Amino acid sequence: MSAPASQPLDPMIPRQFRIEEAFAEVGSGEVYSWRLSPLDGEPLRFAPGQFNMLYQFGIGEVPISISGDAEAAGLVHTLRAVGGVTKAMQKLEAGEVIGVRGPFGTAWPVAEAEGQDLVLVAGGIGLAPLRPAVYCALRHRDRFNRVFLLYGTRQPEDILFREELEHWRAQLDLDVYVTVDRGGPGWHGNVGVVTKLIARGGFDPANTVAMACGPEVMMRFAVMALQKHGVAAERIYVSMERNMKCAIGYCGHCQYGPHFICKDGPVFRFDTLQPIFDVREL
Amino acid sequence: MSTPAILDRKDFDSLLGALRDRGHEVIGPRVRDGAIVYDTVDTAADLPEGWTDEHEGGHYRLKPRTDKALFGYVVGPTSWKKFLFPPQQTVFRATRVDGQLRFEPGVVDDHPRAFLGVRSCELHALAIQDKVFMAGPYADTTYQQRRESVFIIAVNCVEAGATCFCVSMDTGPAVGAGHDLALTEVINAREHYFLVEAGSNRGAELLAAVPHRGATEQEINAARGGVAQAAESMGRKLETEDIRALLLGNLDHPHWDEVADRCLSCANCTLVCPTCFCSSVEDSTSLDGGEAEHTRHWDSCFNQDFSYIAGGSVRASTASRYRQWLTHKLATWYDQFDSSGCVGCGSCITWCPVGIDITAEVAAIRASDQRRGDR
Repeated sequence: MSAPASQPLDPMIPRQFRIEEAFAEVGSGEVYSWRLSPLDGEPLRFAPGQFNMLYQFGIGEVPISISGDAEAAGLVHTLRAVGGVTKAMQKLEAGEVIGVRGPFGTAWPVAEAEGQDLVLVAGGIGLAPLRPAVYCALRHRDRFNRVFLLYGTRQPEDILFREELEHWRAQLDLDVYVTVDRGGPGWHGNVGVVTKLIARGGFDPANTVAMACGPEVMMRFAVMALQKHGVAAERIYVSMERNMKCAIGYCGHCQYGPHFICKDGPVFRFDTLQPIFDVREL
Repeated sequence: MSTPAILDRKDFDSLLGALRDRGHEVIGPRVRDGAIVYDTVDTAADLPEGWTDEHEGGHYRLKPRTDKALFGYVVGPTSWKKFLFPPQQTVFRATRVDGQLRFEPGVVDDHPRAFLGVRSCELHALAIQDKVFMAGPYADTTYQQRRESVFIIAVNCVEAGATCFCVSMDTGPAVGAGHDLALTEVINAREHYFLVEAGSNRGAELLAAVPHRGATEQEINAARGGVAQAAESMGRKLETEDIRALLLGNLDHPHWDEVADRCLSCANCTLVCPTCFCSSVEDSTSLDGGEAEHTRHWDSCFNQDFSYIAGGSVRASTASRYRQWLTHKLATWYDQFDSSGCVGCGSCITWCPVGIDITAEVAAIRASDQRRGDR
């Protein structure tokens, strides 16, 4: 289930990948996905939760988590056009070649949830790094008890992977709940923060492994809600984000207290972060 | 490793010659721009003979000595790190050919270098950076290449500077390990010589190629006495007892804001620090757009951009940046690399334009410890 990650030869030199398909995920493409294939034919094996450094010729490099299926062919990334590099990348079309370094970082411990309830909590674009864990749980559905996907985003137009969410929601052995901060005409679903979905429960807190990914403030409240519901800190995992330049532990940018997000994370067991999680500007 | 030998001052050039004969570029102290900096040294005449340096918080001056000591100074604004971890280097060049990208790794200038005049604190700093760049899951191969060919001639300190506190950090003043040769300069009205001790086989071989004689007990004692005197005259002191817990327990201490009122967030301390290792990357293209370069350069946790992610900088305030630097150096460094990140060289104190003093800031927090137990 957790495929051994393939190691790059020189970790600072990218490999070439061709964009096979580029498509808008949200709106006019503020969030977009790429399906990539390696020019050298050697597939990039990764575990759910890991990330790559994506390089656009002459523009720069950005850390982006992998949003595709670890057990399917092809490499899928989902990006939000938010900075200089991701905005330039938004203009790239199928056929163009980019550089990829990776995979890097720790993975969602999906295997640890086997025989237990799996609760995935996503906020906004945080659904993208969690999607490989969803695929994994779906591929090996019989290994888990109940599987929850709780997803909150700002407004109905921002719902990521909507078709897929609807498809998953139709599955009888999957509990998929979506909520938006602001509803609006045409929206008759849940309104409110994602923590409300946690409060509904349905999972056995003593036999649950929870994984949360989203803005830090959202994860803070998600963790609080999970803990309030009886899920211990040792059973909760979060994925952290910091500035990152090298991805291999020596540029110093991604430090978070004693941790390097690039190699000790991005996925952390919450109890290891608990002492510093409430410190501002760390 | 070997019995101490004596190298006479008049034979010093033969030491430099022997290094060159073995293919090393000798890098050592030189007077330039009103400071003692590390650069290529051809003969002993290039060394800062008869000069010393005066240190205080935010203060550095060169002063003539009353004698002709070659190593009668403490440490300058440049550390050895710039030769192993250059301020700027090309990570790769990319070219676009037929719709594909070709990546060419940057050329690493790893010609053999000899570092002459490495102080004990600096040796410890080298060992710390070795760990940062070579001991992780991934090694910085460019650092490794440069590092492997370095020959080290260390110099024991016989005088301490006013901002020195290596004794507190247990990193000096006596040279302990990591050198090929260690020199102790002895100078008085009658004589001027160097006690030489080999720290490696390479060092012993080099010594064998240079005129020298066995040291008398008196000569050895004179040299040791100088080092002991340096240890007794540290300009600063840092109480390190329980320091990791002290600092991590005081992340919300008001003193961080107090320092921030003075701190200019200029990054000088991180530039002169011999262990600071942070870097950033930049991308550029040739005018015709055919070639792109991915360049790595020194960066500092004091820069606002350093922690930028979508939505803003994580460490927007100066207080948070100073706290990051100090707690990393003296506390979380233990978690990451199993040692302190500070070697007590005092450079950050000397070169801070407003004289912020790491030893005084820690003492201020210690004096009003507001520890919470859970960190």
